Amino acid sequence: MTTAPDAPPAAPPVLSVRNLVKHFPVRSRGLLRRKVGDVHAVCGVSFELAEQETLGLVGESGCGKSTTARVVLNLQAATSGEVQYQGRELTALSRSEMRALRRDLQIVFQDPYASLDPRMPVNEIVAEPLRIHGLYGDEGRDVVRDLLRTVGLKPEHGNRFPHEFSGGQRQRIGVARALALRPKVLVLDEPVSALDVSIQAGVLNLLDELQSELGLSYLFVSHDLSVVRHIADRIAVMYLGTIVETGTAEQLFSGPAHPYTQALISAIPLPDPRKERARERITVVGDVPSPVNPPSGCRFRTRCPKFADELTEAERTACVEQPPELVDRGQGHPAACHYAERKSLI
Amino acid sequence: MSSPEEDVFAVAQSPGEAARASGDVVLEVADLTVGFPTDDGLVQAVRGVSYQLRRGEVLGIVGESGSGKSVTSMAVMGLLPGSAKVSGSVRFGGRELLGAPDSALTKIRGRRIAMIFQDPMTSLNPVYTVGYQIAEAVRAHHDVSKEAALQRATELLEVVRIPNARARLGSYPHELSGGMRQRVVIAIAMANDPDVIIADEPTTALDVTVQAQIMDALDTARQETGAAMVLITHDLGVIAGRADRVLVMYAGKLVESGSADDVFYTPRMPYTLGLLGSLPRLDRPSERLTPIPGSPPSLVNMPPGCPFTPRCPLSQEVCDEVEPPLAATTGPDHTAACHFSEQLVDAEPGQLFGTTVTDSEALAEFVRETEEQPS
Repeated sequence: MTTAPDAPPAAPPVLSVRNLVKHFPVRSRGLLRRKVGDVHAVCGVSFELAEQETLGLVGESGCGKSTTARVVLNLQAATSGEVQYQGRELTALSRSEMRALRRDLQIVFQDPYASLDPRMPVNEIVAEPLRIHGLYGDEGRDVVRDLLRTVGLKPEHGNRFPHEFSGGQRQRIGVARALALRPKVLVLDEPVSALDVSIQAGVLNLLDELQSELGLSYLFVSHDLSVVRHIADRIAVMYLGTIVETGTAEQLFSGPAHPYTQALISAIPLPDPRKERARERITVVGDVPSPVNPPSGCRFRTRCPKFADELTEAERTACVEQPPELVDRGQGHPAACHYAERKSLI
Repeated sequence: MSSPEEDVFAVAQSPGEAARASGDVVLEVADLTVGFPTDDGLVQAVRGVSYQLRRGEVLGIVGESGSGKSVTSMAVMGLLPGSAKVSGSVRFGGRELLGAPDSALTKIRGRRIAMIFQDPMTSLNPVYTVGYQIAEAVRAHHDVSKEAALQRATELLEVVRIPNARARLGSYPHELSGGMRQRVVIAIAMANDPDVIIADEPTTALDVTVQAQIMDALDTARQETGAAMVLITHDLGVIAGRADRVLVMYAGKLVESGSADDVFYTPRMPYTLGLLGSLPRLDRPSERLTPIPGSPPSLVNMPPGCPFTPRCPLSQEVCDEVEPPLAATTGPDHTAACHFSEQLVDAEPGQLFGTTVTDSEALAEFVRETEEQPS
């Protein structure tokens, strides 16, 4: 994407990502460990995040959505591309320069069991960011107490250790820790994937309320389209390191234009027996190809039902030779498919 | 038990009895109870579960982690560790399986009742080729030559749509993707034309597009074998379009049972309604979710009364004292375990469960305290 998707937000974006690329080297076995190839994890991803907006980054495992999130936060160095936060280029910053900016850019991880130090009581876990940035001060204790109450935990339980909490409560601790520094942008990497539905709903509502009260922007990474539709204002669908379609949640679900988005939407079972029995299904075959050696042209063509069943031999040439650009071809929102066509699936 | 309650039960059970009389019931679980002794006391994982599986039907069992849905099916298969305390009855084709000797169970397991587990990497043996493992399943129950068994393995792989089936026979599990492995597991389950397939979270570890492929493969397996299926999942969507009947489990018990339409459109147990209200929906524009407050109870030293009471918006004194049995609601085939199930007629999740989760006072305090932070 070279231009901003859909209607560009009036205010300048908080975060703007351009042509982001991240490759991981594949090394040979043996002594020399020569570089024999690259895992093309993220290949030219661009998006913008406006103030108080939620952008959902959705895709299946291995599509590069989590890597994108980490590279955006400079937790991993980008191979190339730009990440601008409030006009500052993040990819070029030194560690110490980055540290100051981390106040504004925080992350919540997927696994609430692995992301909290098991030997630290909860009060200390939430206080740690404040201490690191020298902001604990006289009111530190009160801040921690109010934070715990805000996310729905009892401040009396602050002396307990992570293992004494349930999965949902631990994820709330993770959210409290991320909020301690009053960030502007929160990257949420599969924040509810490990939770049962009745617990997940509570965390989603919490995130919703925090966003409007604290004016946060969310980059919400998830494999779960239902969750993303619920929480995101705009959505970017990723496949094998690239964004294949982007638009508002409404645009994407009422008229998905890329065959991959269509397949994703139609693969998700609806908790509604009558609708579910009557649904039209678009199924894809096979598995995601290896990101070490992605297909030429359109990366989805090897699994694309349109490529296999609808296109003529001549039409297919474009798919094989030309990587489709992420532009609006008359569907109202950008899709990276030469033959994009809106479909109504729900 | 007092007589009015017995009457309710008589109504609730009658269609099942008719089915049993006609020999239509393949698997019958009655009052199944499973406990695991631990240092803290007995963990009551399953507390009196009864259900009947009719020939060719799909029975969905849905519940969250720890509800006992997997332990129930492990007990049916006789796969629980020796330390587990199991009581009740599991009858397959009229024969009691609980307490049956291993030699008798071996003739049924894999042959008449097949099981598909969540994680295909742990249910396949990493040191044997998939061809060997499928052929082994065939030869365990049929006296056929190796060649014939391998031929059958090829056919089975074709049925579950593995491309190049013959070439794939020589692959080891680690050479296959997660979806392919689960297809192999389904092929093994089909190998002996079972009467019952128990699928325990068969697609949970897989990506959605692969999940759809695997559910299709399972449908094929069912059509080919004519088997009845118990489909265990935490995902209400997976069972919505597939299950004929749905059982909802909570804290080791069945709390609601009925046709898929009954359970999804007219739930009569607050827990079921709460679950439906907690689901973000793909087919509707975003509206506020109504989470169920609190978390499931510990299964050690459970207090008397309904286990859902602490989280239930309808709870009254009686709920703390008497655990309600499954009783008929809209019809004899739709049962729910709630003292106040009639209050759920036409109820929407939002009428019972709230949406607000943040403590606004604490949030305001936090905002005030942190606004003074120097940049």
